[in-house]
Amino acid sequence: MSGSIQDTFFEECEELLEAMDEGLTAIEGGDHDPEVVNAVFRAVHSIKGGGGAFGLDELVAFAHKFETVFDEVRSNKVQLDVKLIQLLLRCSDHLADLVSVARDGGSVDEEHNDVLVAGLEEYLGEEEEELTFEPMGLGGPAVPLPLDLEEEKTYQIRFQPLKEMFGTGNEPFFLFQTLSELGTLKVTLDETELPGFDAMAMDDSYLAWDLTLTTKEPKSAVESVFEFVEGLCELSIVSDKDSEDEAAALAALNAAFGVPGESAEPEPSDPFEEPAPAEATPMATPEATKVEAVKPESNKSEQRGPKPTLRVELERVDRLINAVGELIINHSMLAQQIANLDVADLRDVETELEGFKNLARDIQEGVMSIRAQPVKPLFQRMARIVREASAATEKTAKLVTEGENTEVDKTVIERLSDPLTHILRNAVDHGVEKPADREAAGKSRAGEIRLSASHRSGSVCIEIKDDGAGVNRPRVKQIAIDKGLIPENADLTDAEIDNLLFLPGFSTAKEISNLSGRGVGMDVVKNAVTALGGRINISSSPGKGSTFTIILPLTLAVMDGMVVSVADQTMVVPITSIIETMRGSDDMINSLGADGTLLSIRGNFVPICDVAGALGLRKPEGDKPPGVYLLVETETGQRSALAVDDIHDQRQVVIKSLDGVCGNVPGVAAATILGDGKIAMILDSESIIAASPSSATFDSERRMSNAIAS
Amino acid sequence: MQSQAEVQIGDQEIKHAQQSEFVSFTVAGQAFCLQITQIREIRRWAPVTILPHAPMDVLGVMNLRGAVIPIYDLAARFGLQQTEASERNVVIVVAVHGKPVGLLAESVSEIISINPEEIQETPQVESRYTMEYIQGIISHDETMVRIINLDAVISAPEQGLS
Amino acid sequence: MKTKVLAIDDSRTIRNLLAATLEEAGFEYHCAVDGREGVDMYDNVAPDVVITDINMPNLDGFGVIEELRGDGINSKVPILVLTTESAPEMKARARDAGATGWITKPFDDQSLIFALKRVTGAAA
Repeated sequence: MSGSIQDTFFEECEELLEAMDEGLTAIEGGDHDPEVVNAVFRAVHSIKGGGGAFGLDELVAFAHKFETVFDEVRSNKVQLDVKLIQLLLRCSDHLADLVSVARDGGSVDEEHNDVLVAGLEEYLGEEEEELTFEPMGLGGPAVPLPLDLEEEKTYQIRFQPLKEMFGTGNEPFFLFQTLSELGTLKVTLDETELPGFDAMAMDDSYLAWDLTLTTKEPKSAVESVFEFVEGLCELSIVSDKDSEDEAAALAALNAAFGVPGESAEPEPSDPFEEPAPAEATPMATPEATKVEAVKPESNKSEQRGPKPTLRVELERVDRLINAVGELIINHSMLAQQIANLDVADLRDVETELEGFKNLARDIQEGVMSIRAQPVKPLFQRMARIVREASAATEKTAKLVTEGENTEVDKTVIERLSDPLTHILRNAVDHGVEKPADREAAGKSRAGEIRLSASHRSGSVCIEIKDDGAGVNRPRVKQIAIDKGLIPENADLTDAEIDNLLFLPGFSTAKEISNLSGRGVGMDVVKNAVTALGGRINISSSPGKGSTFTIILPLTLAVMDGMVVSVADQTMVVPITSIIETMRGSDDMINSLGADGTLLSIRGNFVPICDVAGALGLRKPEGDKPPGVYLLVETETGQRSALAVDDIHDQRQVVIKSLDGVCGNVPGVAAATILGDGKIAMILDSESIIAASPSSATFDSERRMSNAIAS
Repeated sequence: MQSQAEVQIGDQEIKHAQQSEFVSFTVAGQAFCLQITQIREIRRWAPVTILPHAPMDVLGVMNLRGAVIPIYDLAARFGLQQTEASERNVVIVVAVHGKPVGLLAESVSEIISINPEEIQETPQVESRYTMEYIQGIISHDETMVRIINLDAVISAPEQGLS
Repeated sequence: MKTKVLAIDDSRTIRNLLAATLEEAGFEYHCAVDGREGVDMYDNVAPDVVITDINMPNLDGFGVIEELRGDGINSKVPILVLTTESAPEMKARARDAGATGWITKPFDDQSLIFALKRVTGAAA
C-alpha cells in the first residue's frame, strides 16, 4: 500500500481522535445521548479498521478493547459512571499516543498500556474472544501453499442452490468461473427438476449443477469459493484423493444423482459453454429484472449532512496566497507608476485603481480565510495536558475552554501547541495549589484553568487564566537575584517581577517536579510566541491566580508595518511593536556613561538605539542620531527609542521569508516587496535592541530607566 | 593552442557533453564562463537592498518576480578588486541547490561552443579560490576563459552568509 | 467494459485503500461516505457490485442492504459487506438482509479481488 494512503490514514486518525475527544468530553459533561456514544464508538472503530490495514497490531489490539467496552456501553450492558468515564478519557489519550507512535516511531509505555487494558477488561465479560485479524475464510488463491501439496486432485462437486440464494445477488455462473481459474472444470447442468414452463414459480430454484474440478489447490480453496453461498445451497465437495470413506460416499452420491462420467463438454478452455444457456432462464438472471429508477429522499440528506467541505493540499493554498501577495505588490507598483505619469487627469484611472485595490484585498482575505482554522482541536488536546499534569502532581484541575471556534492561521495553531502545553503544565504545577491547601484558602478543591480565544482588533488573543496561588513574587525575585539576573538592590514593580519569569535562565523549578522541570523555561514560550510575531504578558494576583495573555497576528502572510528609512535604505517596522513615533530635538537627548544616550520623554528616560548602527550600516561614532524615534516596548516590558532617519507611512506589507536566502540576520525578521519593486527588510525591534552596540554596557541603566518609564 | 586529451575535470556533465555551450563574461577584467544550462536569465544591474551584517561579497537581495534572491559579487568572491556596480553591469541569475541566486559580473561577452576535450585542467596555483572555484580553463580567441564551479562558489544558501 | 464498484465506507483510509486496489485491478471505482449517500448515489452510479461497511453514521450497512434490496430500489446486484465483525450472527443478519458475501477487514488485495470475482465474474 502506498505511503500516501497511510498518510491519509494518519490524517483521518487526527480527525477521528478529535471526534472521539469531543464525544468523550460531552459524555464527561453528562451528555449520554446514544448518538454521542455511537460517534465515539465509530471513531475508535474506524481507527481500528484503518490500523488493521497497515498491520498496526498494537494500535488495533488496544482499539479493539476500547471499542468493545464502548459497544457494551452502547448496548446498555455497562453503565457510564465517573470511574469508567475517567478510564475512557485516559484510554483516548493512550490511543492518541499509539497513533503517534505508529506514525512517528518511538515506543509505547507498555506498563501504562497494560494498566489501561486491565482496566478495560474489568468491564468485559469472560467470554471476550481473542481477536484474530486473519481475513476470515478468504483463503482462496491468496493463501500461499506449501509446494509439496501441489498435487493434482479431482473434486466432484454437486451444487444445488436453494431459492433463498437468489435474493442475495449470488450468481452460480460467477462461482463456476472462479472455480475454473483454480484448474480444469467440467460443468454439467442438471435440469431434471425443472418443471414445465407453466408450473415454474419465479422465485423458486429448480436447477442443480455437477462439476468436476481438477486442480492443485487444496479442498479449502475450493470450499472458499462457495463461502458466500454456504447455507444457501446444497453443496457437496468430494475429492478422489480423499479417504476410502469419502470415495464410497462419492460413489453413493454419484449413484444417487446419476453423474454422467464423460458426458460433459470436454473443452477445458471454455468450461462455460454448457451452462451458459441456463443463464437465460429467469431464475438464474435476477438482475435481468428491470430496475426501477427510484430516488427516495435523495434531497433530504443534503440538508441533514454537515456543510460540504473540500480537502485541498496545503501547498496549493500557499501558492494561491503567494500569488495574491504578488497581486497586492503589483497593485502598489502600478499605483506608484501611474502617480509618476505626467498626465493631467488621472481621476478615472485612480477610481479603477481603487476598485482593483479593493478587489485584491477581498481576494486576499478570502484566501487567508482558507488557512484559518478554529482553535478547537488545539484546545481539546490541551484538556489532556491538564489531565496528565494533574495526575502527575496529585492536584485536581479542570480545563474550561472558551471561544473554541475562533479561527486562526493554521501555522499559528500548529506552533501554539508547544507554548500552550508549557503554560498549562506550569499553571497546574506552579499555579494551582494542592486540594488541601485550596480548601484551607477557602477555595474549591479542584482548580480551574480557563483557556480562551478571541479576536481583538485584528489580532488573536489567547488567554490562560488559573485560579491558583498567583506568582510568589518574593521567591521569584530572590531566584532572579540568586541567578544574577538582577542586581540585589533592584527595585522592581510587581509587573516587572512577574515578567522575570520570561527571562532566559530563569526557572523556578527548584524542586524538580515531573512536569515543568524539564529544563524548559518560560523564555522558550516567549520566544515561540515572538517567532509568530506575537506578544505574551503575565498578570498575577496573589492568592487569586495568574493570567497569561498571548496576542498573535491573524496571519503570518501579511502584517501592518511602519515604513521608515535607515541609512538610505527603506525598511519596515512591525506596527505591533511600536507604542508611538516622535521627532526629537537635541535637548531631549541625554548622555549616560561613555556611549549611552537616553531620550527624555515627558520626564521619563528611555535608552536610544540607533537602528543603522545596530544593523552595521553606519559607524556608530558617525553622525548623530537623526532625530526621528520609534518608541517600542520589548516583550519584557522594557522600552527603547529606535532612532531612524525618517518615517514615511504605515501600510500592509506581504511577508517574504528570508529562509533559504540567507542565514539568520540579527535585527531582521523577514523581507517584503515595496510598491517600487524593491525589497525592504522587516525589522525585529527586539533583536535590534539586543544587537545595539550600547546594549551590553547599558544593561543595568536600561533596567533602571525602565523602572522609571513604566 | 590545441586541446589535450584525457583531461580530468570535476564536473561529469561537462565531460560527457558534446559541444557544450558556455556563456562567457568578465569579472574584474578576467574572462569567466558558465555552462548555458546553468543560467536562468541575465539582467541589467539595478540597486539592491542591503542585507545587514552580510559579508563583503554579498551585495544584498533583489526582487526577482516576487522572489527574494541574494546577489553575490563574483569579484569579491574570487578575491579580486570589488566591482563598482553600475548600470553597465549585469546580474547573471543561476540556480544553485535549486534556489535562484544572482551573480554580479562586469559584462557578458558571448556564447561559445566548447568540445569537452578543449577543457584543460586548472594548473596548480597559489590562490585558494582558483583551485576551489575554477573547475577548468579553456582557450578561446587567444584568451584564457575560466570555467566556474558554481557549487563551490555558492555554498548552500543557508550557509551563504553565515 | 470495466466492472463498476460502489464502495460505501465512512473511513477515508478504507476508501483510499479500496480505490487504490480496485483501480489498479481495473475496476471502475465510486464511493460514498455513509450509508445514506451510498443509497442516494446508487441509481446514478448504477454499479455492478456494491461494497458496504457496517458501522457508519446516517445509515448503517444493514440499512443500506435493506434499502437497496427493498421495493424502492429493488437492486439485484451483488452486495459485499466489508466489516471487522466476523461473528456468525453478523453474517447471518447481513445475509438475511440480502448481502451477497462479506470481506473481513483488514482485507488484502487478493482476497478483495477474489471476493469480487466470485460475485461479479469480473476478470481482474
